[in-house]
Amino acid sequence: MSSPIVRLVAQRLALGLLLLLAVSILIFAGTQILPGDVAQSILGQSATPESLANLREELGLNDPAWQRYLRWLGGVVTGDLGTALSSGQDIAQSIGGRLWNTLFLAFWAAVVSVPLAILLGLLAVRYRNGFVDKLISGLALASTSLPEFFVGYLLVFFFAVKLQWFPGISTVYDGMPFGERMMAIALPAAALTLVVLAHMMRMTRAAILNVMQSAYIETAELKGLRPFDIIRKHAFPNAVAPVINVVMLNLAFLIVGVVVIEVIFVYPGMGQYLVDHVSKRDVPVVQAVGLIFAAVYIGLNIIADIAAIVANPRLRHPR
Amino acid sequence: MPDAAAGRDRPESLLEMRKLRIEATVYPPGEDPKNITLVHDVSLTLKRGRVLGLIGESGAGKSTIGLASMGYGRGGVRITGGEVVLNGRDILRAGSSTTRKLRGREVCYVAQSAAAAFNPAHRLMDQVVEAALLHGVAGRAEAERRAVALFRKLSLPDPENIGRRFPHQVSGGQLQRVMTAMALCPEPDLIVFDEPTTALDVTTQIDVLAAIKEAIRDTRVAALYITHDLAVVAQVSDEIMVLRHGRLVEWGGTRQIIKEPRQEYTNALVSVHEISHDEQQPGGTPFLSVKNVTASYGGGLVKVLKDVSVDIFPGQTLAVVGESGSGKSTLARAITGLLPPEKGSVTFGGRKLGNRLSDRSKDDLRQLQMIYQMADVAMNPRQPVATIIGRPLEFYFGLKGAERDRRVAELLEKIEMGKGFADRYPAELSGGQKQRVCIARALAAQPRLIICDEVTSALDPLVANGILKLLLDLQKEEGVAYLFITHDLATVKSIADSIAVMYRGEVVRYGQKSKVLSPPFDAYTDLLLSSVPEMEIGWLEKAIGGRRMASAGN
Amino acid sequence: MLDIRRIPLGALLGLIFTALFLIAAVFAPWIAPYGLGEIVGNVWEPGSASFWLGTDNLGRDLLSRMIYGARTTIFIAVVATALSFTLGAVLGFTAAVAGGWFDTLMSRLVDLLMSIPTLIFGLVVLSVLPTTIVTLILVMGILDSTRVYRLSRAVAVDINVMDFVEAAKLRGEGRAWIIFREILPNALSPLVSELGLRFIYAVLFLSALSFLGLGVQPPAADWGGMVKENKDGIVFGIPAALIPAAAIAALAISVNLVADWILNRTTDLKGGRGNA
Repeated sequence: MSSPIVRLVAQRLALGLLLLLAVSILIFAGTQILPGDVAQSILGQSATPESLANLREELGLNDPAWQRYLRWLGGVVTGDLGTALSSGQDIAQSIGGRLWNTLFLAFWAAVVSVPLAILLGLLAVRYRNGFVDKLISGLALASTSLPEFFVGYLLVFFFAVKLQWFPGISTVYDGMPFGERMMAIALPAAALTLVVLAHMMRMTRAAILNVMQSAYIETAELKGLRPFDIIRKHAFPNAVAPVINVVMLNLAFLIVGVVVIEVIFVYPGMGQYLVDHVSKRDVPVVQAVGLIFAAVYIGLNIIADIAAIVANPRLRHPR
Repeated sequence: MPDAAAGRDRPESLLEMRKLRIEATVYPPGEDPKNITLVHDVSLTLKRGRVLGLIGESGAGKSTIGLASMGYGRGGVRITGGEVVLNGRDILRAGSSTTRKLRGREVCYVAQSAAAAFNPAHRLMDQVVEAALLHGVAGRAEAERRAVALFRKLSLPDPENIGRRFPHQVSGGQLQRVMTAMALCPEPDLIVFDEPTTALDVTTQIDVLAAIKEAIRDTRVAALYITHDLAVVAQVSDEIMVLRHGRLVEWGGTRQIIKEPRQEYTNALVSVHEISHDEQQPGGTPFLSVKNVTASYGGGLVKVLKDVSVDIFPGQTLAVVGESGSGKSTLARAITGLLPPEKGSVTFGGRKLGNRLSDRSKDDLRQLQMIYQMADVAMNPRQPVATIIGRPLEFYFGLKGAERDRRVAELLEKIEMGKGFADRYPAELSGGQKQRVCIARALAAQPRLIICDEVTSALDPLVANGILKLLLDLQKEEGVAYLFITHDLATVKSIADSIAVMYRGEVVRYGQKSKVLSPPFDAYTDLLLSSVPEMEIGWLEKAIGGRRMASAGN
Repeated sequence: MLDIRRIPLGALLGLIFTALFLIAAVFAPWIAPYGLGEIVGNVWEPGSASFWLGTDNLGRDLLSRMIYGARTTIFIAVVATALSFTLGAVLGFTAAVAGGWFDTLMSRLVDLLMSIPTLIFGLVVLSVLPTTIVTLILVMGILDSTRVYRLSRAVAVDINVMDFVEAAKLRGEGRAWIIFREILPNALSPLVSELGLRFIYAVLFLSALSFLGLGVQPPAADWGGMVKENKDGIVFGIPAALIPAAAIAALAISVNLVADWILNRTTDLKGGRGNA
């Protein structure tokens, strides 16, 4: 019965893997083939030609690019992300805890923003063209124009400095009690929520509105159904897929927003780690973190696609 | 079941509208919103078990009136005056809970596009019985039994199981019948049919029409039957009301309206297909021949034309008739070079034309012009009429400046539009005017052949009639030949010299009009001819009785 | 022509503010009361008659730096947007009209570039490239052109299949006429509106990079960089960092309002008079 669905989902997953492979090539190429020399970066301008040549040999920089790429990819697949040039530490190890921190932050931002965005989107549809709708779209327009750091520092300025409700710097450490940890991430999570909320709400509104304007909603109205039943029985089943789609796309935005937010709140996550090492021109770290960000982003996009496939009655019940 | 509606102890008159006035607010871009009146003080009465046909061109307000019987205004439409009395009470004064109770219980609705009106996420049966369950008319088992009986009555295939399917698993004609069953299931007093067969192919339309008629007769439900096609409405209704621009034109018994119309406008609607045209004999040699053309889409996967051959004679009209999917438009694409044929050739004036557009000379392109179905998208919305008509003059003949303007004015004269139209934009023209401008653009190239692809099917009957007359006049003056692609046999009868009937990519019948249209017929042509509604009471029964072949898109 | 009273209030405000920012950017040296790097007072002085917005982390006049910063921010964003637009629109239109292998190749390439978040890809590339204004403009312009490509291709593909374009092809018109006379006039309004959005995006992207210390490098100043310079004051309750951040927001909202208005005025393809 569901064979076309299984086929399409498998197809989409395979395509995602292929895309990820292409992205890894792109990231590798972006850092290796462009001008700039890793050995030079490590040793600095004063390095002697001999030491440079030795280091190049040691790092395998004299091999052709495709060999270095395959070596790198082989490492990534087996969980070996190499060592950081600037500190000599194992990258996979440094990433472990930070990845968890970032996911923790993103998770709580999502827990707040997703239901809120859907609720506000529904409200905007329910009172379409009314005051609530206009207010919501006005705020949406404004907040898509706000830089993340404006939102972030406004929160810090008022809630950390003036009111002193929450810490302005989000220090977390291993074994920190849950309550304290939540206090620490309150402001960054709020900032992230504000960054994605408006967009997610606007898209939810559009998705639901699209369903509400279908002819079958009129059919239901002309059968005498109550407005609430129309939404529950006739609009909701068709709106689920587009809304999941909207949510996933926005979680992908959220993952990117994390970078700036972490820097604002000095939060020890992936974004902070990436930015630090871009300034240090620490290529292996940048490659590894860039790939992880891209993988999460692509993964969320694939989930969005799969949700749309699974929810489509035409595919679930083929002719 | 048949006397369910009639058995109730209710007043004789089921629905009465008194001085109904309906308005809407429109938002023209760049201007202030303004109110327009869609329906001006229309009154009507409908007795139990009777069928009233509402007929008119687009903008006549017929759908708006139909929906008003359920107290419903579509998309910001407001009922601002008058009364709608249903089963003895004014539903406009009643609250929203009363209106909800009567919708789906006393009045049901059948939409033009059933495909859009069914919820894609639910099975058909659940949607068919929904209203009956909601209003407590029947329990689930009883409602489903009724639904199956209705499916059977409406001659749906496999009536026991079709309810388990989803809307997309059922064809358009069948879906329209399921929608009728959905409207009948709660045993309402009144059904509003809003152009229920307009979106269907002719051969499918007649089946659905017959099924609807039978169901109405057997259940003795009253109906408002809305359509723009007088011949269709004459088959099903007891009375007909003619509307124009939201006002009542004429209201009377069906026989009186189609046989003795009292108003000039009604008369025009009745006699719309009567165009005098004498068939021309195929004289001399054809200037364009399509020889054994085979063509397909998707790299040979879907064959849409199979071994098609036709000839076109100078100054004559070849009509290509067929239903959707018959390949008639593809034939036009093959002739113009938009779809290079796989096999066969197109010869013009004795020499073979290049298969592709890019292989043809500018003069070859000039000789073949095209007019489209949708005039609004066939013209660049950012160009004024003078540019639209003037560009071929400039492009093919190098005319410039005053000379070009003079010629544009001449062409506008030919299509019976003044030269004041030269600096108008397409958005500022009516549907008929747009099509006229497209004709002028084609004429500007002084072609030997104009391909007309369903040029009148998007237009109201009277406007379409004007376009056909214009085309015939121009043919006499300019000696241009037409390849006229259409699904409408009535049009073909009035303007063709020869006819090719297409069915599933093949020409099944071809020849002079009088020969093609006289018996003996092959099975498909017979089906097609017998499916064209005629303005005759009792035509439907006769046509259904005499059919030899099941319709294609059933 | 254009009746000022017809412009809605929001769009009018947007126009006025956009104009003010542009004037500040163009005439910076004549408007700014002090020099860009001139130390004129104490660290983080509050606003006063001589320093309207106060001073920054080194005692430089914040207003003067804001005005010069407008110049840098707007200049880079404008050039990057121009680059992304030219590149994206030309390639997008060509892909739509030409079709075939060119379309497939370009579209797959763009899909690939868009599957990595722009900021992440920007950071990856900037980790090896020298941080100069030229690099910034190139990176921003090229990455952003993928969005413009998608839009212009989609719009052009829609128009390209319309009957009036087919009519022009049947007439025998060349590719140039079809692109410039048939498609472009109808694609203009969504593209003009997109131009506004891309500009906002460029401003926000540049500011984010500078804020992270990877964009415009000192001694040059842009708004994002000024937020970075003054961010340490926030913890002491000094709002100096919020001022450039608010300026970015104000510029973005103004342009957004204008773009929204342009799009709303001409969403339909009906065309006609006066709304090109």
